[in-house]
Amino acid sequence: MIQRMLIILVLILMGFGIIPLVWGLQDAETVSPVSQYYVSQGADDLGAANLVTAVVVSYRGLDTLGEVAVLFTATAGAAMLLGLGADNSKRKQQHQQASEKPGNHMAESEAQPKKQERREGSELLKTGAAFLFPLLLVFGVYIFIHGHLTPGGGFQGGVVIASGLVLLLLSESDRPMRKTLLHSIESLSGAAYAAVGLMGLWLAAGFLDPRFLPAGQFGSLFSAGAIPVIYSLIGLKVGSELTGVIDSLRRRSS
Amino acid sequence: MIVLIFVLGVLLITSAAAALYMKHIVSAIITSGVVSLVGSLFFLLAGAPDVAMTEAAIGSALTTVIFLFAWSRIRDEQDRQNAADQYQEKYQEQGQEQGQDTQGKQEQAQIAASPRPRINAAERAQKGGKA
Amino acid sequence: MTGDTGAMPQGTLLQNLTAGMHITQVMAVIGFILILLGLWGILTRKHIIRMIISFSILDSGIHLIMVGLGYTRNGTAPIFDGDLSITDALGRVVDPIPSALVLTAIVIGIAVTALMLSYAVRLYKAYRSLSIDDIKEMKW
Repeated sequence: MIQRMLIILVLILMGFGIIPLVWGLQDAETVSPVSQYYVSQGADDLGAANLVTAVVVSYRGLDTLGEVAVLFTATAGAAMLLGLGADNSKRKQQHQQASEKPGNHMAESEAQPKKQERREGSELLKTGAAFLFPLLLVFGVYIFIHGHLTPGGGFQGGVVIASGLVLLLLSESDRPMRKTLLHSIESLSGAAYAAVGLMGLWLAAGFLDPRFLPAGQFGSLFSAGAIPVIYSLIGLKVGSELTGVIDSLRRRSS
Repeated sequence: MIVLIFVLGVLLITSAAAALYMKHIVSAIITSGVVSLVGSLFFLLAGAPDVAMTEAAIGSALTTVIFLFAWSRIRDEQDRQNAADQYQEKYQEQGQEQGQDTQGKQEQAQIAASPRPRINAAERAQKGGKA
Repeated sequence: MTGDTGAMPQGTLLQNLTAGMHITQVMAVIGFILILLGLWGILTRKHIIRMIISFSILDSGIHLIMVGLGYTRNGTAPIFDGDLSITDALGRVVDPIPSALVLTAIVIGIAVTALMLSYAVRLYKAYRSLSIDDIKEMKW
């Protein structure tokens, strides 16, 4: 009870601390000085119509590389934690089997811990998933290829691809994931991302500088240097990583 | 416009509060997805369509899916452990009647002496299942 | 009729209705309320899954505040197309940097949520309970 009162007190104090921050808050008249440079020079600099993409991929490209690394670490951590769990339960089962040997002759089959059986996906779900999956794949690729022209980009496209794969996983729950394909897509796109960054260092002004490819015509698909290439690689990496997370969180039949 | 923003704000805050106090975990998970979905409408109003897309796709769709997968896995584990418990109790009774499993008893004693708290099935169902 | 609407400056209806209201302020207030709700949930709920849900609500609140701070008056999305030319962009677009940062934060948020959930699954396997009252070894 005292604990709860203390928590309420702390939150009320935080609320009172916040009020002066919010009180006179008004919409800004113009963007911040750094953004003023991005807005006025960004299109001439990089040739990307979508300024958010220009900031994510090029101006703050190092942040995005670090973020992809964080995503990879979290994915690996989740897979490791859940993989350890599978090992443990296997050992426990062996343990049980060893301990049940002496009482073998008794009638025990009805009390055996029974294997959880998975419900099969319905016909509607299977047909719908088979029909929608290629469309979702194409849509995801469309989103991340057009990241420099329209809202969207690698992250959104990757998530659309991952959600298509989730649909496939739901409809055919028994089909094992092709882990090697997934992992090779993930590591190849990650390595290619770093390699494109190094090519920027070598051929253009700096690391992750997309201007070593021709700028092209402003607003067309093949423009803005290497930005579409980098964003496509990010999309592939994010999509395969999120699919890996979901696959490792999926039910196990063991 | 003002009406729209007002309705959206009330919806956002009520669904956030409801997500904390829903009785069932699955309803709470779905309601927290609603919070993200309404939040993405706010991003759209604030002129950030990129963020709105990301929040709608990741925050409300994929996060909900991950929560539900994890929850179904926990439920699976619960069923399996309950079944194992029942089996073990039955076996223990039968073994004591016959009095011939010294090895089995030792293992039982080891498990009972282990530092991990072993909560019985009824209590666990109360705490873990609904709480 | 058409002449009237043509003579009016663009977006008049919208401007009149939102004259006294600042989107930044509205989003900041809602975001702070979400943050306080999320903190309340993290501190008082006993169920681990509910604590993770509270964390994701807190996350949404932070994102709302950050995007709200980047809003400029009557701003549009910073994407050049037929309606927005490069020369007159400076007074009309919202700040692209908070958008980019929040984009990153959302993706990291889902990765952290997945990590927390796999910890929850592991904890359930080890302690056979999801209530933090049953995990006594971590208390002092």
